Amino acid sequence: MQTEIRRPVVLEPSVGSTPLVRTGAEPPPRSRRAMTAGPDRIFEIVVLSASLLISVLAILLLATIVERGSEALAQFGLGFVTGTTWNPVTKEFGVLPAIYGTVVTAVLALILAVPIGIGAAIFLAELAPRWLAQPVSFLIEMLAAIPSVIIGLWGLFVVVPVVRQVESFLGHNVGFLPIFSGPAFGIGVLSASVLLAIMVLPIITAITRDVIRVVPMSQREAMLALGATQWETIARVVLPYGRNGIVGAVILALGRALGETLAVSMIIGNTFKISPSIFSPATTLASLIATQFREADSAIYLSALMAAALVLFGITVIVNIMARLLTWRLSAFSSGS
Amino acid sequence: MNAVNHLATSTLPGDAAPTPNSPNQRLEGPVAMPTATSSSVVPESDDGSAGMEIRKLSAWYGPRQALRDITLDVPGHQVMAIIGPSGCGKSTLIRCLNRMHEVTHGATVRGEVILDGRNMYDPSVDPVALRRIVGMVFQRPNPFPTMSIYDNVVAGLRLGGKVGRGSMDEIVERSLRRAALWDEVRDKLKEGGASLSGGQQQRLCIARALAVEPEALLMDEPCSALDPIATLRIEELIRMLRDEVTIVIVTHNMQQAARVSDRTAFMLAGEERIGELIEVGVTKEIFTNPHDERTEDYITGRFG
Amino acid sequence: MATQTISLGKRASSIERELSSIDRRRRIMDLTMRGLCSLAALLGAGALFLLVIHVVVNGVAALSIPLFTEMPAPIGTPGGGMAHAFVGSIIIVGLACLWGIPAGLLAGIYLADYQTPRLGGFVRFTADVLTGIPSIVFGIFGYILVVTRFGGFSGLAAAFTLGVITLPIVARTTEETLRLVPHELREAALALGVRRWRVVLSIVLPTARAGLITGAMLALARAAGETAPLIFTTLGNNFWNVDPTRPMAAVTLTIFQYAIWPYKNLHEQAWAASLILLLVVLLINLTVRLAARSAPSR
Repeated sequence: MQTEIRRPVVLEPSVGSTPLVRTGAEPPPRSRRAMTAGPDRIFEIVVLSASLLISVLAILLLATIVERGSEALAQFGLGFVTGTTWNPVTKEFGVLPAIYGTVVTAVLALILAVPIGIGAAIFLAELAPRWLAQPVSFLIEMLAAIPSVIIGLWGLFVVVPVVRQVESFLGHNVGFLPIFSGPAFGIGVLSASVLLAIMVLPIITAITRDVIRVVPMSQREAMLALGATQWETIARVVLPYGRNGIVGAVILALGRALGETLAVSMIIGNTFKISPSIFSPATTLASLIATQFREADSAIYLSALMAAALVLFGITVIVNIMARLLTWRLSAFSSGS
Repeated sequence: MNAVNHLATSTLPGDAAPTPNSPNQRLEGPVAMPTATSSSVVPESDDGSAGMEIRKLSAWYGPRQALRDITLDVPGHQVMAIIGPSGCGKSTLIRCLNRMHEVTHGATVRGEVILDGRNMYDPSVDPVALRRIVGMVFQRPNPFPTMSIYDNVVAGLRLGGKVGRGSMDEIVERSLRRAALWDEVRDKLKEGGASLSGGQQQRLCIARALAVEPEALLMDEPCSALDPIATLRIEELIRMLRDEVTIVIVTHNMQQAARVSDRTAFMLAGEERIGELIEVGVTKEIFTNPHDERTEDYITGRFG
Repeated sequence: MATQTISLGKRASSIERELSSIDRRRRIMDLTMRGLCSLAALLGAGALFLLVIHVVVNGVAALSIPLFTEMPAPIGTPGGGMAHAFVGSIIIVGLACLWGIPAGLLAGIYLADYQTPRLGGFVRFTADVLTGIPSIVFGIFGYILVVTRFGGFSGLAAAFTLGVITLPIVARTTEETLRLVPHELREAALALGVRRWRVVLSIVLPTARAGLITGAMLALARAAGETAPLIFTTLGNNFWNVDPTRPMAAVTLTIFQYAIWPYKNLHEQAWAASLILLLVVLLINLTVRLAARSAPSR
């Protein structure tokens, strides 16, 4: 029987004291493949095709959107990303205001979420006793599971009125600053950013918490032994040690904030213009596509929306690859030391 | 030189809590030598201020007791070695001296550590301030990988507030010289501390601890992660530093204790695996003529 | 002595003073920052708490039997329900999981047990790129690939698109889970002469069962909560329809539409539907986590 031949080949790598949790299976020895009978081969082909399906879908996704968006891109060229007019009637399409809105809401969301997210992570990893850290961790992570349409609904009826109060307060007191100028609608950039901040908070907190936890105790002790307070130890040793991972978390959050559609489109006001004020309504690429899609009544209009999706796709892929590179460096770093 | 010295510290009046035992009854079993005799044998400090007295110190990790009633004098400006088999609580003891023990989750302490007539476990003492006076070097070199060599040395100093750039440079050079590292790193102060060899990293950690001008330096098996040559350099360094700071070194290496220390304390975990002090005395005495049978067994290699 | 130049004044006399406390500014900074960090955690947990409270309060007030059994009333008139949306969601999410989860599982098996380094790396990379893409882009993809080519908007197009979203997620979580299965287990079985595919199916997968179910459930929760892709694929439908080849309603889509229409009773229905959706999603997450915690994870 074949199995008798197989046995020594397979047993070989397990000789010796292998750790109990060796992660990952090595690829099988090449020689086995020739001896593999029918069902084995079929199963391998099945799992291989499922994997290839992922790659094929990814390539297809890029290809189809490029193909459909190319009409608009060819017609407007660079003007598509630098143009500020979106006029279906005259068939003139430029998405700069949407890019602006996308970037501004995402960045503002990070400005709100990063300090809170990292602060919460510090609390969970360094300050809180275990009995408290666990449930609080759990609550914050649950936030990530809530469908964005519910967050949008909540935002529309609960957050927007609150933001309107804040805006009119800011408008009265520091309204001379351009970013706080204009009427307090509630609906607009600030509300969208607050919602986005809530949505990305769990990403930042969960990853930062894990990053902080892998900082070796010896690093903290070294700083404490020099007469540092707990905060000084965190700020000067713990956070710098985990900075790659934390930056990776922030960029991952940025990717999420850039692409979020529903919650934003419900409360940003969908106004196609660039305004310096964070009170004013605006739009984002995702929101533009979602709200205009049903109205696209000409081929070039539709193509412009596809091209907008392509721009969004490009931005998020770049951001995500950056995040991944940083977290890779982190894992290489922490496993090396 | 004043030969009476540190005995005086134990009888200091003031806010130090009165010590329940007289010095002679401090240890159970046959005590090696009263401190008075030892002072005539070993070099004595110029002022007794940097000596430490440990009084009936017990320590726990959660419910588990790790130390029981340790009473021990650490004379100023000498090297005190603490030896004993692993698990005897010697590392715990040294971590109690600058209150690093309580950093561990669930760790507690009872007893007193008296420095300069003041109990370090008094509620009015800020452990953060104490650690600037009693520095520490750890088992594994732990330089800060995100900082340059220069920044590593001044990491503790910067906490204190404003130090001028000029005097900062001066302190870096002096601390690195005291740690016998200056010549090797003078040209690469801006490089990361992780680029150094293990022995160099440990000397960098010593420089970092010295930069804040501590009165005492605690060393928790500082050579256990180093090769023999690096170990010899650290030992040389310890002997050089003795004039300036009080040193307490924990080591599992008896030869090392014999080479670097003036006095040696031997610890052993008794029943229930709780660490106790067995014997303390002048190093030469401990190694040539120990009073306790268990000490003799240990140093002759019969167990541990 | 050279070393005395800077340590002047530190010795002896000043130890006493130094011990009492460090610089007050540092102590205040320490307390303040620790306080702020605690506050940040409170804010994060509080945000979820507030959100859940609002959804529950508004949702319970509007919850009724007709919501699940009746069709929408004509716009502007009170009453009615969204039975069609609940049914539509179940069909769409069910179909999506029907192909997305098994395919993801198989792909995960490949990545964990069969991969060749280069191809495995490529698949992993594309899977990671896909998980990072905004769901609206998937919607566009579904629209171009299915809607414009195969008979217009339909529940099937939505099911396809949601499946594409879950596929890479399940594949990666499956891979991670299977990698935790001790190598020795596979070797022991192989050494007994069991064929490789049998080893995977009857030993590796059952061992990792808890983790696999977790991954699948989380993917299901994710699919159930998606809205943006549905806009481009199933379009929505105000009428009763259980035929997935035609446009279908879905709960998330309906909440979205009702929320931005200016009718109070529709807002109420949106809250009630949100409550149901929230309960489903949170319950899935909750059980999965509790199960993961109680299971001996090694």
